[in-house]
Amino acid sequence: MIELQQVERDFAVGDETVRALADVNLDIPDGDYLSVMGPSGSGKSTLLNVIGLLDRPTRGEYRLNRTPTTTLGEEQRAALRREHIGFVFQAFHLVARLSAAENIALPMVLAGIAPPERERRVGEVLESLDLGDRASHRPDQLSGGQRQRVAIGRAIVMRPGLLLADEPTGNLDQHSGQEVVQLLEKLNDDGITLIVVTHDSAIGRRARRRIRMLDGRIDSDEPEDAPA
Amino acid sequence: MRLPDLLALASRSVFEARTRTLLTLLAMSIGVASVVLLTALGEGARRYVIGEFEQLGTDLLIMLPGRTETTGGPPPLFGQTPRDLTIDDSQALLREPSIIKVAPITVGNAPVSHANLEREVTIVGSTPDFFPIRRIRVGVGRQLPDIPADRQSNVIVLGAALKQELFGRHNPLGRWVRVNDRRFRVIGILAPGGESLGTDLGDMAIIPVASAQALFNSPSLFRVLIQASAKEDIEAARQAAIKTIRLRHDGEDDVTIISQDAMLGTFDRILRALTYTVSGIAAISLAVAGILIMNVMLVAVSQRVAEIGLLKALGGSERQVLRLFLTESIMLAGAGAFIGIVLAGLGILLVNQLYPGFPFAAPLWAPLAAVGVALSAGLLFGVLPARRAARLDPVQALSGR
Repeated sequence: MIELQQVERDFAVGDETVRALADVNLDIPDGDYLSVMGPSGSGKSTLLNVIGLLDRPTRGEYRLNRTPTTTLGEEQRAALRREHIGFVFQAFHLVARLSAAENIALPMVLAGIAPPERERRVGEVLESLDLGDRASHRPDQLSGGQRQRVAIGRAIVMRPGLLLADEPTGNLDQHSGQEVVQLLEKLNDDGITLIVVTHDSAIGRRARRRIRMLDGRIDSDEPEDAPA
Repeated sequence: MRLPDLLALASRSVFEARTRTLLTLLAMSIGVASVVLLTALGEGARRYVIGEFEQLGTDLLIMLPGRTETTGGPPPLFGQTPRDLTIDDSQALLREPSIIKVAPITVGNAPVSHANLEREVTIVGSTPDFFPIRRIRVGVGRQLPDIPADRQSNVIVLGAALKQELFGRHNPLGRWVRVNDRRFRVIGILAPGGESLGTDLGDMAIIPVASAQALFNSPSLFRVLIQASAKEDIEAARQAAIKTIRLRHDGEDDVTIISQDAMLGTFDRILRALTYTVSGIAAISLAVAGILIMNVMLVAVSQRVAEIGLLKALGGSERQVLRLFLTESIMLAGAGAFIGIVLAGLGILLVNQLYPGFPFAAPLWAPLAAVGVALSAGLLFGVLPARRAARLDPVQALSGR
């Protein structure tokens, strides 16, 4: 459950202040499937970073699962990210010296989960992603689609309620991108809240709810079945 | 994060940057090894000197003519006095109950010759007590005859090397040698080997003190060795010696008495200070190695910006990132210190093989202190890079800006 109320985010660029988010109000119920589209610099990524607790709003309130987050300390925000939020990046951001299994286990290492439990969960995730035979491969031994699947595995291994994907298909070919999107949608079917930031209108249109950003504001917010 | 995971994660990154890690380890291990080795050197020198003194016994007093308060002229050890320190003075000391042995000494250099062979050596004039006091043993023949100290006698005890030079394998006992223009009969040979306070006992000869005074035409003694009856009596012996000489020298305190203990203590302090100084200088190299670690870690942080951003996105807190990078620098320092200790141990073994006589060994505190300083340097110089990593803004770090 995500609630944004009059959220604004300002950046200082030189002497000027750039407003990346302006008066954003957004409620996202659990299990929703949302796409965020808009031109470059419209604030899509900033919105995603604020929702992912990587960035703090300059003004306004953000409640995640009814917990007000703007007043939390760094340590508590890190804990919320760890427990409730999974990230999927355009550039995958896998650690090159770690194997696929180790990359997937990384959030559990940070969370202090014991190795036997880690192994069990990594095994499950690898199985469900159809990567069982790639467990000990390093990222540079995997194809782009496989890398993004490993990254998705890493994002869901802590069983978060919220999955944030920033241009998840941006570095993939058509076919791999298709697979990744289908995988994300399957996770959404299983109950996870999915927010996808994308340039690609074909992917954006698949979401049940579509948000268009323009100059830091929500320009349009339409459900799938609304008249275009 | 669990400790084993922290260590595993840190060591993975350390091993990843192989060249940087090797260079850092090299610097750190050289620093640690040089601290330990230089300390071992200083400590070895100290033990060597102390050992030399203790060989002489700690119940020994040394009387020199002249006073340490003497001003002007040559240094006090050779202070001048109008009154000679005579053989009679030395024999008078024997009347004190706290003094059991006295060895008056006159020293000079003179050529010793036999047939057409000649060798310039140190000639020591003394009495039979000289042998037990200096713990010198006679190998073949007799030591000096037990005659009154002021009587001359033309007998000589040769050092082992001197005998070898002059007589080769022939038996010298009973033969005559010439010292300057006087003839002496050989009555004994010192046991070979041995060294006393750095003087080679092989290359010297010992004759009665009165003969030496005549030989060198010097009425005053070089010094008098006094052995107290027991270690506890050493202060009594010193007082008695001063009193005796004052009575005989018209009420003047014109001798200096050094106790073996005092000299021992002085050398001990000097050499300890030297050891600390040398190891302190070596410790500077540890600081340099620490700065190298900082450098390496700063490079690591800037190369791994995206990874740091990722760790934060995955729920790593600032404290966890800080700890991870601190662990890496301490690991570098610790591994370097370990290699340094091993290197130093090998070095000590090697030196002991090459110079078995020299007590070359590091005191226990040296490796402990070196490792301690190394780890502290790793921690201290690791803080800045680790903080830089911890404070990275995850959004910027992930976007690669």
